[in-house]
Amino acid sequence: MLTVSNLHAYYGRAHILDGISFEAKAGEVVALLGRNGAGKSTAMKAIMGLVPPARGEVSFAGTRIDRLPPYRIARLGLGYVPEERRIFTELSVMENLEVGRQAARDGVPGWSEDKLFTLFPNLAAMRDRPGGRMSGGEQQMLTIARTLMGNPRCVLLDEPSEGLAPIIVEQMARSIQTLKGEGLSVLLCEQNLHFSQAVADRAYIIEKGQIRFGGSMAELAADASLREQYLSV
Amino acid sequence: MTFASILIQLLNGLAAASSLFLVSAGLSLIFGVTRIVNFAHGSLYMLGLYAAYSLIELLGRTPLGFWSAVVLASIAVGLVGAAIEVVVLRRIYRAPELFQLLATFAVVLVIKDAALFAWGAEDLVGPRAPGLGEAVQIMGKRIPVYDLLLIAAGPLVLGIMWLLLARTRWGALVRAATQDREMVGALGVDQAKLFTSVFFVGALLAGLGGALQIPREPANLDLDLSVIADAFVVTVVGGLGSLGGAFLAAILIGVAKAFCIGIGTVHVFGFEIIFSKLVMVVEFVIMGVVLVLRPYGLLGKKPALQRAIGDILPPLTSPRWQVAVAWIVLFLLIPLFADRYVVVLMTDIACFALFAASLHFIMGPAGMVSFGHAAYFGLGAYAAALLFKRAGLPMEAALLLAPFCAGLFALVYGWFCVRLSGVYLAMLTLAFAQISWSVVFQWDALTGGSNGLVGIWPSAWLAGKSAYYYMTLALCGAGIALLWRVLFSPFGYALRAGRDSPLRAEAIGIDLRSFQWAAFALVGGLAGLAGAVFAFSKGSISPSAVSIAQSTDGLVMVLLGGVETLTGPVVGAAIFTWLRDEVARRTEFWRAVLGLTILAIVLLFPQGLVGGLKALANRWREARA
Repeated sequence: MLTVSNLHAYYGRAHILDGISFEAKAGEVVALLGRNGAGKSTAMKAIMGLVPPARGEVSFAGTRIDRLPPYRIARLGLGYVPEERRIFTELSVMENLEVGRQAARDGVPGWSEDKLFTLFPNLAAMRDRPGGRMSGGEQQMLTIARTLMGNPRCVLLDEPSEGLAPIIVEQMARSIQTLKGEGLSVLLCEQNLHFSQAVADRAYIIEKGQIRFGGSMAELAADASLREQYLSV
Repeated sequence: MTFASILIQLLNGLAAASSLFLVSAGLSLIFGVTRIVNFAHGSLYMLGLYAAYSLIELLGRTPLGFWSAVVLASIAVGLVGAAIEVVVLRRIYRAPELFQLLATFAVVLVIKDAALFAWGAEDLVGPRAPGLGEAVQIMGKRIPVYDLLLIAAGPLVLGIMWLLLARTRWGALVRAATQDREMVGALGVDQAKLFTSVFFVGALLAGLGGALQIPREPANLDLDLSVIADAFVVTVVGGLGSLGGAFLAAILIGVAKAFCIGIGTVHVFGFEIIFSKLVMVVEFVIMGVVLVLRPYGLLGKKPALQRAIGDILPPLTSPRWQVAVAWIVLFLLIPLFADRYVVVLMTDIACFALFAASLHFIMGPAGMVSFGHAAYFGLGAYAAALLFKRAGLPMEAALLLAPFCAGLFALVYGWFCVRLSGVYLAMLTLAFAQISWSVVFQWDALTGGSNGLVGIWPSAWLAGKSAYYYMTLALCGAGIALLWRVLFSPFGYALRAGRDSPLRAEAIGIDLRSFQWAAFALVGGLAGLAGAVFAFSKGSISPSAVSIAQSTDGLVMVLLGGVETLTGPVVGAAIFTWLRDEVARRTEFWRAVLGLTILAIVLLFPQGLVGGLKALANRWREARA
């Protein structure tokens, strides 16, 4: 579904991604783990075209996307949910969803406002509320819902559990499992290992812009020294 | 004043307000989504007037012909706007914002000459609206029916725009892109198409505003800059990005102007107040008051911190002294081998170099873009002329005192300006420049009004062109050197720190506002010196030295050379002055040639000439290393 090979990216002169390679197969939930500043978010932005990749290849659903502008990538069915959520604060919930709307796509679950409101019931009660007057958890649900309006094949989720109350984190985990049940692929950036274990099939660990580990969640769970070396704070 | 005449003035003002609102709404819409201050918006209004005039001639002076012409003219102007976006602006969205501004200046020049070519220099008086030419009686006064219709047009368009923005997908996309256009792109929206459509709608509104005025206002070539100044004022008074605010502000200003005309001359406590002369000033006074009380306009909100696009400015490097000496020697030798014509041109260039360098200081390192820098240049020139002619001071004294007069004005204007930032600050500087211009333009007894002052010649020892050139070189060179020296003093560092991060600068104890205020006075004084030297070199001075055109010339010089380098503005001033002189001698359409040249430079060197050359040199050096 999504294949990244030898991807490099820079911010100015700072070398953020130093040749990373990984993949997410159709219907799979893959976690990209690592500490703050390891390059997880940049990896997602580089895939999405928001940070221009310097070298390397990204292909998605059989198309090379590493030179495409973000909107073309989004229209191929790759959804992106940013870490900062980036809700349109002046727009209502319904209008935020409208901005994300794209035409239906063959062989991919389609989403409507009503279907999203069953996935995130909290949103149903605040259709006309401006995005700026929502809690962090509500905004997190809205940003995911907004991306789903584009009927994606695969979603990049940047730290969906960050800064949320434990009960909302649980709800978020269930939502991701629902997405997987619908057949979507998900690539997830996380610092929260428990959350990742609850939802992901496989994981990669990224450190200083390089991939240090790739394997199943079970392998990662079995290797305490690996977790100690790359993930503990 | 009777109640009836108050009512008449009110209706008059409201009729004028409608078009003002249409132009400002378009300007505001475009700025909101693309972050481009479209200086060409007044030109689009002007095109709307001209196009409506021609189309009515073509389609006939019937109600059908008139209204089809208005609609077609608006659509045509909308298409021109879309074309500007596609051909020019789309290519430079990643360039620094000021460069996009430069591109829109160039478009102003091109459109002005295109209109001159197509319609000639004469004012064109349009027909009255067929079928609506008669007047209705209201309280014994006659009001043209067309005016009533115009009054209705404003709220009507406001309503339509509101529906478009609040109730359609396009509206949701526009409002979303106003906040975070990158995210809109990441959600699969093609920004290029969205921007083109926004330009189309914005330009259409400007065109409609112009076309609707055809029965009330003759089409002429000066409308572009006067309308853009009005539209800036309305947009800023209303609050950037607020349609309702623009509507309120347009009404406020339209009505205030109408009352000034209507009141005429009034005697209060023995003073004669000529209100009709306040027409050109009143909107700027309103703007000044509003911005001081409500810095983000009547209905505006504090702008959210925008995501920075483009690169961080590199630190300044001081020019090497060997290079400077070489240039100075060259300049000193010029009168020995060049003819009189070249010496005069070099004198002009030296004046404008100081003018541009002072503007660069305030907009580059100090981070305060001024749209009205001509105020200080012009006031310096007038101060010199008045001290010499009216106060009878010797030329030398007048020349040396003039900069202090300009600096004094800069001190007063600057006190207001440093309380704002960004586009608001730029507009306020424009407002002060316009106030200065209208005072100079209208105070016949003191300034000679539109004719200006003549007979301002230097003393005998400076009467020769070469002698005057050497003096200009010395004074302007010293001014530029002073500006450069200051940039590398603690004061200059503080200013640059304040530009890059006002919060952090204040957190380490820099009283940023005072520093910026001082910078304002410094550059005002030096621009005044440039103006004073310029006045004595020409022997006369006219209000054009204080005009918007003079201010935009300064901006073009700085941006052409590149705002990131010290030498850029000087080079820009030289090239601009030389080019204008060279082209103006050959063709009537020198503005178009100049505009197209600027566009070519903008598209080829998005960092300015000197910046572009430096980048090329760097790439070459890196390739060799």
